[in-house]
Amino acid sequence: MEKPFAITLDVGSSLANKTGSWRTERAQYVDRLPPCNHACPAGEDIQGWLYQAEEGEGGYERAWRKLVEDNPFPAIMGRVCYHPCESACNRAELDEEVGINSVERFLGDEAIKHGWKLEAGAKPSGKRVLVVGAGPSGLSAAYHLTRLGHSVTIHEAGPMTGGMMRFGIPSYRLPRDVLDAEVRRVLAIGVELELNRKVTNVEESMRDGAFDAAFLAVGAHIGKRAYVPAGEAARILDAVSLLRSMEGEEKPLLGRRVVVYGGGNTAMDAARTAKRLGATDAVVVYRRTRERMPAHEVEVEEAEEEGVMMRWLSTIKQVEGGKVTVERMQLDESGFPQPTGELEELEADSVVLALGQEADLSLLDGVPGIEVDDGVVRVEPNMMTGHEGIFAGGDMVPAERTVTVGIGHGKKAARHIDGWLRDQAYEPAPKHELATFDKLNTWYYSDAPRTLQPQLEIERRRSTFDEVVGGLDESNALYEARRCLSCGTCFSCDNCYGVCPDNAVIKLGDPGELYEIDLDFCKGCGICVAECPSGAIEMIPETI
Amino acid sequence: MPEQKIKHYQAGTFVVGNRLLDPEQRSVQARMERSNSLTSGHRACQGCGEALGARYVVDAAMRATDDKLIATNATGCLEVFSTPYPESSWQLPWIHSLFGNAPAVATGVAAALKAKGRDDIRVIGQGGDGGTLDIGFACLSGMFERNDDVLFVCYDNEAYMNTGVQRSSATPPAARTSNTKPVGGQPGNVFGKGKNAPLIAMAHEIPYVATATVAELRDLEAKVERAMELRGARYLHVFVPCPLGWGSASHDTIRLARLVKETGLFPVFEAEDGEVTSVSRIRRPVPVEEYLKLQKRYAHLFGDPPNTEVIGQIQARADRNIRNFGLLPEGDQSADLPGSAADLAGERPGETDPIGTAEGETSLMRLLASSPHGPQ
Repeated sequence: MEKPFAITLDVGSSLANKTGSWRTERAQYVDRLPPCNHACPAGEDIQGWLYQAEEGEGGYERAWRKLVEDNPFPAIMGRVCYHPCESACNRAELDEEVGINSVERFLGDEAIKHGWKLEAGAKPSGKRVLVVGAGPSGLSAAYHLTRLGHSVTIHEAGPMTGGMMRFGIPSYRLPRDVLDAEVRRVLAIGVELELNRKVTNVEESMRDGAFDAAFLAVGAHIGKRAYVPAGEAARILDAVSLLRSMEGEEKPLLGRRVVVYGGGNTAMDAARTAKRLGATDAVVVYRRTRERMPAHEVEVEEAEEEGVMMRWLSTIKQVEGGKVTVERMQLDESGFPQPTGELEELEADSVVLALGQEADLSLLDGVPGIEVDDGVVRVEPNMMTGHEGIFAGGDMVPAERTVTVGIGHGKKAARHIDGWLRDQAYEPAPKHELATFDKLNTWYYSDAPRTLQPQLEIERRRSTFDEVVGGLDESNALYEARRCLSCGTCFSCDNCYGVCPDNAVIKLGDPGELYEIDLDFCKGCGICVAECPSGAIEMIPETI
Repeated sequence: MPEQKIKHYQAGTFVVGNRLLDPEQRSVQARMERSNSLTSGHRACQGCGEALGARYVVDAAMRATDDKLIATNATGCLEVFSTPYPESSWQLPWIHSLFGNAPAVATGVAAALKAKGRDDIRVIGQGGDGGTLDIGFACLSGMFERNDDVLFVCYDNEAYMNTGVQRSSATPPAARTSNTKPVGGQPGNVFGKGKNAPLIAMAHEIPYVATATVAELRDLEAKVERAMELRGARYLHVFVPCPLGWGSASHDTIRLARLVKETGLFPVFEAEDGEVTSVSRIRRPVPVEEYLKLQKRYAHLFGDPPNTEVIGQIQARADRNIRNFGLLPEGDQSADLPGSAADLAGERPGETDPIGTAEGETSLMRLLASSPHGPQ
């Protein structure tokens, strides 16, 4: 070929020079587990649904659909969950945690407003599953089992659905129209419900209805009674019965001065309910200190705001005709309260005991293989009791007693029941490495403090059962969703594609399949890893 | 440029792309169709800031000119690693002549285009800090003085890296190079020497002068775009970390570029016709140690005990930039703005600036006393 003067070689592109051969380490995309997802008792993919919600408009329904894959009750969750996700949120180290719970509530309320429906799911398996109890755990299991193709019937002893969501949580925290709307939506996918149908012997019920498996979620709704010496005239009742009677026609009469004995969430609910029923004094008596109270901080704060008084380090010695004798306690070295002998008297028209609840396990009497320990049923990691085919969850098994845990049990049990029915044990996918704060490059996130939810004014909180905490509107819900850092998960910010000095990151542009490392040219400098905001790339050594 | 109003970016305005933005609003580097003017296979070191900076700048210029762009290049790393005969990494018309004459070659190309009536084709010249501030300085000053229609870009990595890390007039004080007293107790570059090219360019009162770093892509692209809207001589000074010459980790390239701005050591600003029109403010102020510690060229300052005197002198340079350019974060300016009540009321001890409060000063006079490489 003719070449110009002094030129001896053809012009070439540097693309012929595969600089990838210089590399000793390579970049690789990873999915790390966001701490919110890790902390969620219901196993929600929180980062996943926030990602959808960030898009606004059509994104809300996609977000809701993503959410209900794990939990069919976002509007309920967004009100009553104690949101361990927010406690785990990495953004707290930057400014404040993302208000996940308030966005969840917004999505739940949007769904109710627009009438979005749940999907029924897989083709029928021909198997029948009995669910005992229409509380959060039972309904969650029924929902997931139906979606997996099984025919589900719920036997509920009471006259209404919801379990503790209705009979334990006051309406100022969970309005009943919200509860009804979300329960109705679950039933609408084809769950059969029989109310006022108490199961007295589970084996018998299974035989009678030709059920292939059973999930028990009867809850724990018997108030524990501690022995309190009391005179004839004393009015003593337990918190569970009090809260339950709030759902009836006749509101309970408590009087003007109410003493609540106990330090859990139920005690707070009872005291706040007493206030709303007209009590001038509602006093919580608890034997340990505030720090050691099992009640969640938010509940204690809200109760105090509403004028509930607290007497820490106190026990009730005696109740006699309008007077309660209280003994001061002090903590010993091991943190256990010990009596001091100092006595005091409180005026009280009634005393409400909120000392914990027990489960009614009579339906398991005589069932072989069942082990009951400390008042709860022992279950395997797959939620199966000692009896083949009988699973259990919620408050009747050993775990923290919250709605969210119950819903999580229902989902988990449903997956294992499905595996058991199909003779192929369900294996949960191995957990990814946790996306801890040090994995993030937070430079790329702008500062954005959290949005506060509106609260009902204090006078109305003391006198009505109107909902205390308000929801976010569309604009601040969107803002809150966009505060998510997307920990450990690629959110297609294009940083890796932009910062590579060697153009060795290929942008594919397809959803889910976003980028690829071009190993022909990746020199292994690690800039993409260092500059990935969400910690979704790692360096791994090259093997020789 | 119309801006899309978005209530809150998931990841601020600081990432390369953002799926929540309209495609038109996204950065050039986020685009699948970006020109990749400096393509793969070049022989730059792992984590090279200059290779990154050059692609950022030229891609943005290509987009701004509809790909009608010619580049001239001084000798230096950028030329050596991109065009070992007969290969080239450049995906645009590109010419190299000598170390010192890239601005003059650019002038010639611009003149030729003018003679041919092709004012649609634009010209950029580019070089490292050696080719720009030292060897090519006369050609550059001439290009400015004649107001030739060229954007000249200096990729500043603060020494002659290609030939083995020798000191240039852009090498900062205390930084160790291969020929700044390599042995002894004080091996780094001396204080009080060197030159500040952006401010000298401003003194020519050319249409546009700007500084940028590879850590702030959106800012850099906006400056290239602005420069290409204007005609005449324009100058862009881009800070590009060099892992090899600085003894830094290859993955820290962008981090260092971020820190140099956040410490105040490298003021990021733009100026039109000799006057500063905007500064990029510090977001999260940090002491200079955080920047210095990541680089082996400053390792002699961090022995046992650390050389607090020299570190203090470097900090004083950063503080002066912050004062003179008004670099503190939004809402934190009043006490330090030149001419403010607090500033005029009295100098803080040890920070007296001889020309700082003089009557009738020009902004340039004040800035000339500043870094990056100003006389001490």
